[in-house]
Formats: sequence, C-alpha cells, structure tokens
Amino acid sequence: MTATTVDLVDYADATRRYDPVIGIEVHVELGTVTKMFCPAEVSFGAEPNTQVTPVSLGLPGALPVVNGRAVEYAIRIGLALNCQIAESCRFARKNYFYPDVPKNFQTSQYDEPIAHDGWIDVELEDGTVFRVEIERAHMEEDAGKNTHVGGATGRIHGAEYSLVDYNRAGIPLVEIVTRPITGAGDRAPEVARAYVQTLRDIFRALDVSEARMERGNVRADVNLSLRPSPDSPLGTRTETKNVNSFRSVERAVRYEISRQAAVLDAGGAIVQETRHWHEDTGITTSGRVKSDAEDYRYFPEPDLVPVAPPREWVEEIRAALPELPVARRRRLQGEWGYADAEMRDVVNAGAIDLIEATVAAGASPAGARKWWMGELARRAKQDGVDLADLAVSPAQVAQLQSLVDAGRLNDKLARQVLEGVLAGEGDPEQVATARGLEIVSDDGALLTAIDEALAAQPDIVEKVRGGNLGPVGAIIGAVMKATRGQADAGRVRELVLERIG
Amino acid sequence: MTDDLTRRSAADLAARLDAGDVSSVDVTQAHLDRIAAVDGAVNAFLHVNADDALATARDVDARRAAGEELHPLAGVPIAVKDVVVTRGMPTTAGSRILEGWVPPYDATLVERIRAARLPILGKTNMDEFAMGSSTEHSAFGNTRNPWDLDRIPGGSGGGSAAAVAAFEAPLAIGTDTGGSIRQPGAVTGTVGVKPTYGGVSRYGLIAMASSLDQAGPVTRTVLDSALLHELVGGHDPRDSTSIREKVPALVEAARRGATGDLQGVRVGVVKELSGEGYQAGVSARFAESLDVLQGLGAEVVEVSCPHFDYALGAYYLIMPSEASSNLAKFDGMRFGLRVEPEDGPVTAERVMAATRGAGFGDEVKRRIILGTYALSAGYYDAYYGSAQKVRTLIQRDFAAAFEQVDVLVSPTAPTTAFRFGEKLDDPLAMYLNDVATIPANLAGVPGMSVPAGLSDDGLPVGFQVLAPAKADDRMYRVGAALETALETRWGGPLLDRAPALPTTELEGMSR
Repeated sequence: MTATTVDLVDYADATRRYDPVIGIEVHVELGTVTKMFCPAEVSFGAEPNTQVTPVSLGLPGALPVVNGRAVEYAIRIGLALNCQIAESCRFARKNYFYPDVPKNFQTSQYDEPIAHDGWIDVELEDGTVFRVEIERAHMEEDAGKNTHVGGATGRIHGAEYSLVDYNRAGIPLVEIVTRPITGAGDRAPEVARAYVQTLRDIFRALDVSEARMERGNVRADVNLSLRPSPDSPLGTRTETKNVNSFRSVERAVRYEISRQAAVLDAGGAIVQETRHWHEDTGITTSGRVKSDAEDYRYFPEPDLVPVAPPREWVEEIRAALPELPVARRRRLQGEWGYADAEMRDVVNAGAIDLIEATVAAGASPAGARKWWMGELARRAKQDGVDLADLAVSPAQVAQLQSLVDAGRLNDKLARQVLEGVLAGEGDPEQVATARGLEIVSDDGALLTAIDEALAAQPDIVEKVRGGNLGPVGAIIGAVMKATRGQADAGRVRELVLERIG
Repeated sequence: MTDDLTRRSAADLAARLDAGDVSSVDVTQAHLDRIAAVDGAVNAFLHVNADDALATARDVDARRAAGEELHPLAGVPIAVKDVVVTRGMPTTAGSRILEGWVPPYDATLVERIRAARLPILGKTNMDEFAMGSSTEHSAFGNTRNPWDLDRIPGGSGGGSAAAVAAFEAPLAIGTDTGGSIRQPGAVTGTVGVKPTYGGVSRYGLIAMASSLDQAGPVTRTVLDSALLHELVGGHDPRDSTSIREKVPALVEAARRGATGDLQGVRVGVVKELSGEGYQAGVSARFAESLDVLQGLGAEVVEVSCPHFDYALGAYYLIMPSEASSNLAKFDGMRFGLRVEPEDGPVTAERVMAATRGAGFGDEVKRRIILGTYALSAGYYDAYYGSAQKVRTLIQRDFAAAFEQVDVLVSPTAPTTAFRFGEKLDDPLAMYLNDVATIPANLAGVPGMSVPAGLSDDGLPVGFQVLAPAKADDRMYRVGAALETALETRWGGPLLDRAPALPTTELEGMSR
C-alpha cells in the first residue's frame, strides 16, 4: 500500500464547525444450534468445511428451510429494541458473485424485515441517556470465510490462491440498522460506542448470542456524515466496515469526523464509499466506491414461504423477555443504595453479576462492593484477569464478610483469609481455622500475654501509673506482636489499663 | 397381451410381481435389454444404471421370497430425469457444466423411490437445465421420438417420455416448469402429470424456476401415474413450499374414472386455449375427446380465462428471472466444470466467467441474460413486478373458472411433434409450444396430458386436464375415464400403433 498523507482536522475544531450524523449497522450471529436454512451444526473452531450440508454448500437441488429458533431469536431482539414485529415478512435473494457465497446469492430480508421502527436508550459513561432510533432488524445468512494464501498482507491482492471455509456460510445473522443518529454533537463517538455496547449487553441478556466481539459474533459497520449545522440536510456518508471492538467503534467515528472535516475544509466532496478500518493504525482507507450503486437484483426468495409469526407467539416471547441491562442496573442501584459514580464503577468493572450474587448469598451491598471493587479488583488487575475469573465465588466473599461482621476477623485478617481462598485453600471458614487467623477474644490468653509484656517493661508501667498514658502503646504493641495480630487492639488496651490500675 | 414384460403397465407388473409370476430381476433385465436394443436409436438415457438396478431387483426378490411386506411398486423399474439428483449416479441436467458431477445426496423423491425399492434404470435426457420444448438443447445429443425418429420427443423431459413410449421403462420421473412433463407426454402418446405445486418435494431437483418447477410421473397409463404420484408425493420438511396435507386418493380416483362414469362432472373448455395456432388434427382429436367425455355423462361447457393470453409473456419474465439466480451457483468453484481463462490472470471472477461461458449452452445463456435484465434496478417493476401481477390475474381466472366447473380442459400442445431443427433458430416459435401448459404452472394447479389419438400426420395428440390446487384426484378420474373410453374405441393403447423401432444386437447385456 502506498503511503498517503491524510489531512485531519483537530477533533474539537471539527465538531465545533460540523454536526456529525452517524448510522450504525450491527450484525449479530445468533447462537442457534444449527444454521439459518439447514441442519448443519454451528460451533466455533471446527475443522474447515465440516459443518456443511448440501444447502450450505449451495449444491444443485438443495433447498433452504427457515430455522424457527432463529426467527424466535430475531423476534426477541426486535422486541427488546421496542420494534414492531411484522405480521408477515419474506426473505429475498441478494444476487452477487463471490466465492464465499455458495449460491452466488445471499438469502436475506430486503423490503420486509421481521422487526422495524424501534428505539433503545443508551447510557453514556457519565450517566447521560441518549435515545437511538432503530429503523429495522432483519434476518439473513452469513457468508463463508476466505483465506488468501501466499500474499504478504493476507489480502486477496498479491495472493497466490484462496481457500474458502463454508462452516460460517449460512450461520444466522440479525442485522440491526439505526435511523440517522443526530444531536450527539461532539459526543458522537461515545454514543456510537455505547450503542454497540448496549446491543452487546442486550444480546447476552436475551441469550440469543454469545456476542463475543473478538470472535466476530458482533460486527459493526459505521456510517458517518458531516453537515454544517443541525438544520442542514444530511451530508454524503461513508460506511466504515467491520469495526469489531467497542473502542474501535469510538475511534473510527472520531477519525472519520476529523478526516471528513479536512476534506470539506479543503473544498472537497465526500465520496460515498465503503472504507476499511485499520485497527493497528487507527485510520480508515478507501474501499469500494458506492456511487455506481451495485445492483443486487433483489427479488423475493421463491424457495421460502413468508414468515408469519402468530401474534400469540410474539406475545409469549414478549412476556418471557428477561429484564434488560439498563433497567436491571437501575433497579439494582436502587436496591443497593449505591451512588451514581459507585454504580458506574461497578458496571465498568463488570462486577454487577458478582455483586448481585454476593448480596444474594447474604452479604450487605456495601460489604459486597467493598470486596469486589477493592481487594479483588486490585488482585484481578495485578493478575491481568477479569473479576469473574478469580478463584473466589460470590458465596465465599459473602462468607468472608460475615466473619468480619461477626467480629471474628478484622480487615487485616480477612485479607489474609482471602489470600488463602484465592490460593485454593478452601472456604473462608476453613482457611481461617487452618491458618489460625481468628481474632483472639479469650481474655485469659490475652492477660497472660499482657502480664508478660508488663513484666518485661516495668519502666513503662511506672510512667503510666504516674498518669502519663502516652507510652501505653508500646505495651499494646508488644501484646499484638505476641498474639501475631490476632488480638482485638481495643480490648487489649482496656485490659492493660485495668491491669496497671 | 404379449409376454414381453416391457409392454406391460407398471400396475400389471406390480400385480405379477406380487403374485410371484415374475421376478423383479426378470422385469429389470427385460428393460435393460430393451434399452440396449433401442436406445441407440432413441437416445433417451444419459446414464444407464444397470448393476445398481439389478442389485435392487435381486434385493426385492429376496425380500419378497422371505415374505417381507413390500411397497406395491417394489421391483418395478423406473427411469429418472437427469435434473433430479441421485447419490452415486452422474447428474448433469443435460449440461456440460455438470458433466461428471456425482451428487453426494439423493433428492427426496429419489429417497422415496429407493425406500420403496424400485430399481432405477438410469437418468434420462433433457433440454439443458430443462430449458426447451424439444430436448434439442441437451448438451448430450437429441432424443428421438419413437413415433418418428426424425422428430422431437418434446421437452424438456423428452428423455423420460421417449423412454416410456419406447418401452424402455414402465415408469419415469419428469419435471414440469412450463409443460416439460405434459408436452412430451402429448407428442409421444404417453401420460404425463404435473402435480399441484408443492405436491411433490422439490428437494434435490436442480432448480430452473423455483416457483414453477414441479416433479411428476411419466407413464403409459393414468393408473400408473397415480401409483407413482402417490409414492413420490406428500409433505417433505426439507421443502418449505411442500404441501402439508395428505396427497388425495389418486389411485382410487383413477380406478373410479376407469369405470366410465362421469355423471355430474362439469368440464370447462378453456376458450383461450384453442383456435388459431392449433393444428387442425389436434383440434379434431380434442373435439372428439370432448364428445367422449360428454358420452360418459360429463357436462361440457366453455369458460373464458381472459388473462391466459398474457401467460406466455409473464412466464418468460418470471421463469428467466428465477433461473438467472438459480443458475448463479454454477461457477466452477465447488463442483462440476471448471475452466480457467486461456490468458490473463486466474482470478475467481475470471474463472467463473470462463466456466459459465464454456459450460452453458445458448438457450441457457439466453434465459440468464433475459432474467438478469428483468431483475435489474429500474426494470424490476416493469418486468418482474408486472409479470407477478399477471400471474395473480391468471390465478384469479382459474379460481373463477373452478367456481363453474370441476376441471378445465384443452389440447396439451398446439401441434404434434415437429422435425429436428424446425424451431431451433426461432425461440419464440419454440416457446409457443407451451402456450397451453404454462397457465397451470403460473397458478400452481395440477395438469395432466392423456393421449387423445393421432393427428392427420399420424402423430400423437395430447388432451390436457387441469384441476384446482390440491384436487389432483379430479384430473385422475377424468383422465382415466377418457383413457378407458378411447382405448375401447381404438381397440388397445395408442402406443400399440407406434412403429417398431430399429434394434441393435445385444452385446453381453442378456443374462
């Protein structure tokens, strides 16, 4: 690739002078057992071309049959996005020749999507809620996967030959298309990111997809255009394809705003085109020009009858929808009494499920938060793992906190017990017992230690008797040392003063 | 009746097999011998499946000997049009682009044939991808009409019709997108049935036009068609357009019709499917058949289906549109022919173009181009969209007609078999062969062609019976009644009057 210098306008400057409008198309791979139109199994990482049938290979004579579970998942998604569910809708054929499309047409929904006209509220990091309108959510099938071999870049250009894996061909997808998102101003990149993240959370909550960005379960195409002001008509847009992480979505929007502003500033015109996102360099480059409007010769798929989900079924699905992430967060925040900032930290740390389970196991919300957001967060960061991957269960955290609440452990001891739990030594109770870490509350044992300390430092005893309470700390320190920190320092002080009289 | 097993109907063979009078090996071998003797002249078969057919026959005989309960047609051999995929047997659809391809799976109807243990004799010739009315568009040579070897056997299923007419097979499978079962039936003096759309699974039929294609029986008698139709018909979960309801009682309807009683049956003559363009001898045989039906007690009335005049035009937009998409998969990437460009870079796109350029014949290319054009942005509404509207109007014509009558009738084809080459350079003249059969495909209703006698030129004429969707039994009743009455009048089946075929010496084919 030839290096070309691209002029960029400073982001703040660009958004001062231009109003960005975004549009996002998100594809989600549904977590069905089989493909969209045939019984080929779907699982990640199988040997190439082993998860195929005559249908997903596009063999002569093969016919598609719609996967009912995929339709149900699509309806779930549509309902969660506050969409209307079509009374009847059809599939269409999108005709184009490409080796990863086995039939040389993709079976997709075109002018009759299963779900349309919805909206979703997304919450930005500072708690601002932004409403995104959904134009449609439609069903389609994924293409196979091409691997270009022999070239330097892994791209088709310069490759010696290409391999096609049809395992992915026919995997059910739902594509969710927003209406133009306006009014985000300089927060457009944040909104874009939060929107995709919100969708990901919804897919997981709905249990319709594993929704793992790194596996490409969720893929986003980001459209962006600039206009001089919110009153102006929409500008020409570019579509940046396959932006596949939250951070990249944000970066891609930001980059395109700066790039387009520079083009417009120079008196140029934005070309309607698809653009490639480069994760490594954080830039987009020109792809296919769309101005010659590819003609896909869409027509209704004659091999399939219309999908007409009965209303009762739709209502059943609606009634069974789980609580969605935003609503759940609001409910839990209320129940737990966390401040906005505290709740945001919990969400960002991915601790919400863990804290919920810890509270369910008997801990106070404050206690649960203290452990997960404190010691455990520190430990996770240190080990470079997710909180959920730590070798401690919410029930164990709840037990640990109950030992503290019962006065059997102080904070320092509790941290040592947690250390043992994480090391796989068992539940907090077991660790405390095995390591002998409980607070010594037996006065007899303490008095022995105190008497020894007093006998060892008669000069201090004298000073205290003389009314100078300052040096008593030295006695207490000696006792704490003798009991290896397992004594309650307050009680020790009481007993020492009592003894000295 | 002769002792030649190849001259017997499937029903008769089934009865004799059941009675133990003959073995399936005898029956199958007799047909393989007949193929060896006459197919050099007829060229109905693209592939003869001798060893496998005999293995099935032996298996059936052993099971029957062991007292196993078998399907009524078990052991009766059958030929299958080469557009139907057969596991382990080459399947070309009459095209170079699939030459040498052996499918890894069976069409549903083939599964049912195998499950019922009918020996499959082989795959029959056809116009490439079923596009044609003469079988002259096959990439593998013409099939000849057994009535006159200089004439076409109809198309696209000329191979299946000729095989049955030449006594090479008692049963065959055809497919009918615009008349490809019925028109060959008409011009070869055989029976051909296009079931209600969705009546027989399309899974494993190499698609031409998905919304029009339908597989069905090709036989010498109406009863045989009913037996085969009941075997291959019925719901298939692998075909979304397959009808869920049970297939009507077709064999019963055919038997009832054969008793000759059509009291109370209202027969509608489609006004638009007669007159100009119909050969005099064809019209004469059609009129006689109407008299016969009337004589059996049927009430014959004329009905008008005004939009049938636009059927051919609509068909030649819808069919190529769907075909242009269905045939996109033949690209040299996964199966069949692969041609690399002679010079220049070997890219996927160029391999696809070279493969399709070399692999498809002219008629196929013509229809792909027509269809691609009709679906293009800016033309879609005017062509594909308008054609779909006409289709709806034709469906309404049928609905209105079936309010008045139980079945509709017409000549199956406007002319008898024409000579090779006569219409090859005039696609429109070729397309006109299907003018009477196409409306049924556009509406999804069932149609049957029954022999109606010989025209002045001594060649067979077909009589078409159309029934409402899912009422296939009606046409079996009327068709069987006409067949029985006409055969009585003729003193035997029409095919008895076909000339003897030249035979070649058997070379090691007999047992």
